[in-house]
Amino acid sequence: MAKRIDVSGLSAFYGAHKAIDDISMTVEPRSVTAFIGPSGCGKSTFLRTLNRMHEVTPGGRVEGKVLLDDENLYGPGVDPVSVRRTVGMVFQRPNPFPTMSIYENVAAGLRLNGTRVRKSELDAVVEKSLQGANLWKEVKDRLDKPGAGLSGGQQQRLCIARAIAVEPQVLLMDEPCSALDPISTLAIEDLIGELKERFTIVIVTHNMQQAARVSDRTAFFNLAGVGQPGRLVEIDETARIFSNPSVQATEDYISGRFG
Amino acid sequence: MDITSATASPPPAPGAGPSPARQQGRAATRAGDRVFLALSRGSGILLLVIMAAIAVFLTVRAANALSQDHGNFFTAFEWNANANPPVFGIAVLAFGTIVSSLIAMAIAVPVAIGIALFITHYAPRKLATPLSYVIDLLAAVPSIVYGLWGALFLVPHLGGLYSWFNDYLGWTGILAYHDGAARSLFTIGILLAIMILPIVTSVSREVFRQAPRMHEEAALALGATRWEVIRLSVLPFGRSGVISASMLGLGRALGETMAVATVLSPSFTISTSLLDPGGGTFAQNIASSFKESGELGKDALIASGLVLFVLTLLVNGAARMIIARRKEYSA
Ligand SMILES: Nc1ncnc2c1ncn2[C@@H]1O[C@H](COP(=O)(O)OP(=O)(O)OP(=O)(O)O)[C@@H](O)[C@H]1O
Ligand SMILES: [Mg+2]
Repeated sequence: MAKRIDVSGLSAFYGAHKAIDDISMTVEPRSVTAFIGPSGCGKSTFLRTLNRMHEVTPGGRVEGKVLLDDENLYGPGVDPVSVRRTVGMVFQRPNPFPTMSIYENVAAGLRLNGTRVRKSELDAVVEKSLQGANLWKEVKDRLDKPGAGLSGGQQQRLCIARAIAVEPQVLLMDEPCSALDPISTLAIEDLIGELKERFTIVIVTHNMQQAARVSDRTAFFNLAGVGQPGRLVEIDETARIFSNPSVQATEDYISGRFG
Repeated sequence: MDITSATASPPPAPGAGPSPARQQGRAATRAGDRVFLALSRGSGILLLVIMAAIAVFLTVRAANALSQDHGNFFTAFEWNANANPPVFGIAVLAFGTIVSSLIAMAIAVPVAIGIALFITHYAPRKLATPLSYVIDLLAAVPSIVYGLWGALFLVPHLGGLYSWFNDYLGWTGILAYHDGAARSLFTIGILLAIMILPIVTSVSREVFRQAPRMHEEAALALGATRWEVIRLSVLPFGRSGVISASMLGLGRALGETMAVATVLSPSFTISTSLLDPGGGTFAQNIASSFKESGELGKDALIASGLVLFVLTLLVNGAARMIIARRKEYSA
């Protein structure tokens, strides 16, 4: 199930603009890794290089290597479509397909690439995924209602259910709670705690408490200067980053003495 | 003069809070608002009056024609208002109008969707921009030019295709072809398809272009291929827009006059084969027979025009129903 991610010498560009420079890190399987750092330092960009979503932006280009266990995602002949099936993603704004019912939203990924799934099998996966996303109890009586009719927090959990339904190895989350109220945020944080038993999870967050609460390891990104690409400053055990980081800039950022 | 000085008068003192008139929910009292209100209300009423006048005129004349019709207006295969007694019926016209428009839709809509998707989601920008231009340009060609092109180019060149249809699909009856000039309903359908292609394409293109990036990314992140992204996020989003676009095209096809009149060799018969020459449409019949018609003949043509109008209304109503039924889902 869960796989290790090994990034080495990774840079990403938007056209001629280098957004992140020479990042290397290891993300442990069955753990939660949090990315923190000031706005614009390239957290989202880096996250999107991990499932080859970066290259769908016009001008998007990547240099370097990302190994998933032993397979280089950027190796020759690797199909980005299959990479994205293995490395799932949850976005900042909940984005269920508006024309689909709750059921169809969860089933959407399973029906892709010409896969034929029997109805009974599909029912089982939909239920399991909604249960995995802690949403089953709330929606089991209205699976055929539009997904867009749910609350923001429910929609985000629906998106998580949709992402885990295809059984990815890794789950990337880009500020999944930033559009949500504190209660829904807690619900998703609890969910992340459960999901890490099965998946490798990477989460971008601007909320320090959230990083401290949910993650096992934390990576701090920063800009070297105005107009410079973002860099990885350090990555370490979350407890250590928040109590005794090895780089001064990290401590400044976490304690709010920054910029 | 009065108006300008009144509009230029200073607004109520700032910080005075909402004006009393606003609080009581009464109509706005400023001169500019009053003028605008009067203007918009006036033009609204004028529009209604004009519409009502047209409707009354048409209905009265159509009723006059119908009262003197000695055939069945809906089923007679004949259009002879000068005969004694006068006989005219719209069966052939209704058949020809509906069939040629349906053929046009069947050809144009899938092609238009394909072109629109290609422009918005497949073509590199260098190709997409000129292609959009060319398509928009096609919409600016006058319909008589399409008619001339249809008569001088399409008709002589379609015979071969129709013989081929006849060889393989002639047994269906619908696609049988017995030589002769290809001035048939099917040719009209093809011509109409080309004519409505630009409008359907450009409206669909705008709709597809507005498909939210966020849903396309959602599909991509699930491991969707490019076609699946379109199927999951672009097509559902564009569905009602494409229906509206098709209805615009259908409206044009149903009412197209000059091109049809130039190409079709009209006859008051319904042939089982769509490839054989003959038939007619409402608009074409009006254009072809208006000049030679006497007073009653003109009224009869007006009656047929009213039927076309009702047909168009029905089509639009149906489209609205289709769009409304899925509204719940198109957040
Ligand atoms: N589509 C794009 N085209 C061009 N440049 C972009 C694009 N998206 C991001 N950038 C640039 O890349 C850099 C990194 O952006 P990114 O969105 O990865 O930052 P971030 O760390 O996620 O910020 P935030 O915390 O605000 O989400 C920024 O300088 C930004 O201007
Ligand atoms: Mg970001």
